Amino acid sequence: MSLLLSKDLYDELRQHGEETYPHECCGIMLGKGASNGTRVHKLMRAGNTRTDSAHNRYSIAPQELIRAQREARQAGLDIIGFYHSHPDHPAQWSQTDYAEAHWFGCSYVITAVDHGHATTTNSFLLAGTGEEDKRFETQPIAVE
Amino acid sequence: MKIHIPTPLRAYTDKQETVSVAGATVAEGLDELTKAFPAMRAHLFTPDGKLRSFVNVYLDDEDVRYLPAKEATAVAPEAELTIIPSIAGGCCSLPAAGCCRS
Ligand SMILES: [Zn+2]
Repeated sequence: MSLLLSKDLYDELRQHGEETYPHECCGIMLGKGASNGTRVHKLMRAGNTRTDSAHNRYSIAPQELIRAQREARQAGLDIIGFYHSHPDHPAQWSQTDYAEAHWFGCSYVITAVDHGHATTTNSFLLAGTGEEDKRFETQPIAVE
Repeated sequence: MKIHIPTPLRAYTDKQETVSVAGATVAEGLDELTKAFPAMRAHLFTPDGKLRSFVNVYLDDEDVRYLPAKEATAVAPEAELTIIPSIAGGCCSLPAAGCCRS
């Protein structure tokens, strides 16, 4: 089950992390299940509400999530995942990312931004059924 | 009232995005929801019956936690509840805390 997205969306997602460097960026991915994975149709940039420690924390305001869910519903799409950046850190999920992940079946995309330049982008699918058995599984990204 | 279900919890509502339930308050609406879909309960509430800290419930555009009557707030039949789990994370700055930097 890959994460499928166009080159334009892939570039847009990575560029967001370069723009907010040295702070973390974050955003919401709207899309739809496809036969070979989940396809991203649209990205919604979210303001990082963590102004206190924006270089190493992110959070998306529930109001923005509700707006995204409404917009997805009207477009016949779903919230299929989220993305954020790791300024000067590897594109691997952190313990904080894991502890605060609750959207099962959704993709968590992380882009490493080294000295202002986006390098690796990885996607992790939150698998499991609840807080007790949740785990991140590496998910291939297919740029089409 | 209508209750909007987030993507991860639709596994417990037969894939329905929106569920209509009876109920005069937020608590009654959530109660009806978990009666109709019992598997939902553990995902919304702690074993002692409190809403899980990462589960946000909005009545139209208001966070129920910040309404004066909280979950006892009256809900008009045409009102909409939205359940939305929180989204947060980040890369800790202290390698000792076991984050991705180490
Ligand atoms: Zn992170």
